Amino acid sequence: MSLENISIKVETAGVFSVGNVNALLSEIAAGLAKVIATGETTVIDLQSLPFAPGEYEQLRQTLGQGEVTARIEAIGTSEVIETRCPGVWWLTHCNIEGDIVADVIEITAIPEILKSQPEDVCAGLDRLNAMLSQPAPRND
Amino acid sequence: MADPDTLEKRLAQQGISRRAFLKFCTAMATLMALPPGTAPAIAAALAKAKRPSVIWLSFQECTGCTESLTRSYSPTVESLIFDMISLDYHHTLQAASGFGAEKSREDAMKESYGKYLLLVDGSIPTKDGGIYSTIAGTTNLDMLKQAAKGAAAIISVGTCAAFGGIPKANPNPTGAVAVSDIVKDKPIVNISGCPPIPAVITGVLAHYLTFGALPELDSLNRPKAFYGETIHDRCYRRPFYDQGKFAKTFDDEGARNGWCLFELGCKGPVTHNACATTKWNGGAGFPIEAGHGCLGCSEPDFWDAGGFYKALSMPATPLTLVTGAAVTGAAVGVGISIANRMKKGAAKSAHQTATFTDLEK
Repeated sequence: MSLENISIKVETAGVFSVGNVNALLSEIAAGLAKVIATGETTVIDLQSLPFAPGEYEQLRQTLGQGEVTARIEAIGTSEVIETRCPGVWWLTHCNIEGDIVADVIEITAIPEILKSQPEDVCAGLDRLNAMLSQPAPRND
Repeated sequence: MADPDTLEKRLAQQGISRRAFLKFCTAMATLMALPPGTAPAIAAALAKAKRPSVIWLSFQECTGCTESLTRSYSPTVESLIFDMISLDYHHTLQAASGFGAEKSREDAMKESYGKYLLLVDGSIPTKDGGIYSTIAGTTNLDMLKQAAKGAAAIISVGTCAAFGGIPKANPNPTGAVAVSDIVKDKPIVNISGCPPIPAVITGVLAHYLTFGALPELDSLNRPKAFYGETIHDRCYRRPFYDQGKFAKTFDDEGARNGWCLFELGCKGPVTHNACATTKWNGGAGFPIEAGHGCLGCSEPDFWDAGGFYKALSMPATPLTLVTGAAVTGAAVGVGISIANRMKKGAAKSAHQTATFTDLEK
């Protein structure tokens, strides 16, 4: 018998907020204004906030999902979502086991982690050059 | 040319990309309670970090601290951190045993004299020459003194090593004391908690690796980044405290509505720890979220601080008793016990709700 066979009624927390969602939305709005004015990135660490049960989901629902979704496979999966507010990105980093190791909101034109890193670009070029220096396979 | 023993070099050898490393550093920033925007700076510092030797000594303890660390939610992060340190002795985790194990400790102490990090979990029994806990015929007391001499710094992991913990609880039959009661001439960081939050243990190690120094400490030598605020100040139930909404029993309407557990004995107002934000079991929650008050396990003498279900007399004072019950306990304890049992029985037969005071004794 698997766990699915046990009928468990999950009660959602309902509309219960101690005010974190509104406070965060204000901070995000301020971050957006800053990125427009100066181009400076704001990063908010969601794991350091004292969310009441259900508030995290409420924030997720309010910000919603926009046009871009990206997936990174680097020591575990990372999900990068642009929310309904362009410039507000929700980044969830998981480890190989699928547990969340970092959960942040990044307010910027493009999150740093999506860009190719200079060190990786160099390593890639080295690999490509090594392949090119091999004798070409013959076609007979 | 990069030093072959730097993290940068070793990660490249393992085929870990810079992007993966940057992601790891974002997790590290979270761990260290630093602003997440500092991840690129952490990456730059860590890439050049050398691998310090770590010796971990387990004394009068229950292995809960090691369990907390090794069963923590983020094995990737932890394993990377353990890649960054050279764990030269940990008698629970190492494969070697007997003379070989003790030799590896002595060798590491000799080779890295003055440079190694000494991690200690468990208190140190001092009564009768410390004979109540020995490893390979050496008392914990002697082993600590010997290992402390060559240590760059000592990290006391868990309330037992930090403050004496449960072994030191009354009547303390083994004369247990904290590391700081014995070692006076080395920097000591106390990572208290029973057990401590695994992310806090790795966070302190990460801080040492990144900055080459110990983090800023509070008056009890605990890192401020994690112990700077009380559970109460960061608790999601705090707004109910401010509104005067309290659960009076564990199953009343207040409890169901998630009101403040202060009157049910929550020690959150006098307990400094990161449980309310870092949380436990992969962020699933922390005791108060499960409906039980904080026990105050990261504070000195939490075991002897009165009942877990007795309300603190006043917020923001050291753990004190609400009544003098513990002082006179021996004389009146039996009477209270019988009275409470009768009350409990009466409540049961009348299908009434037992209050928290009924649960006492």
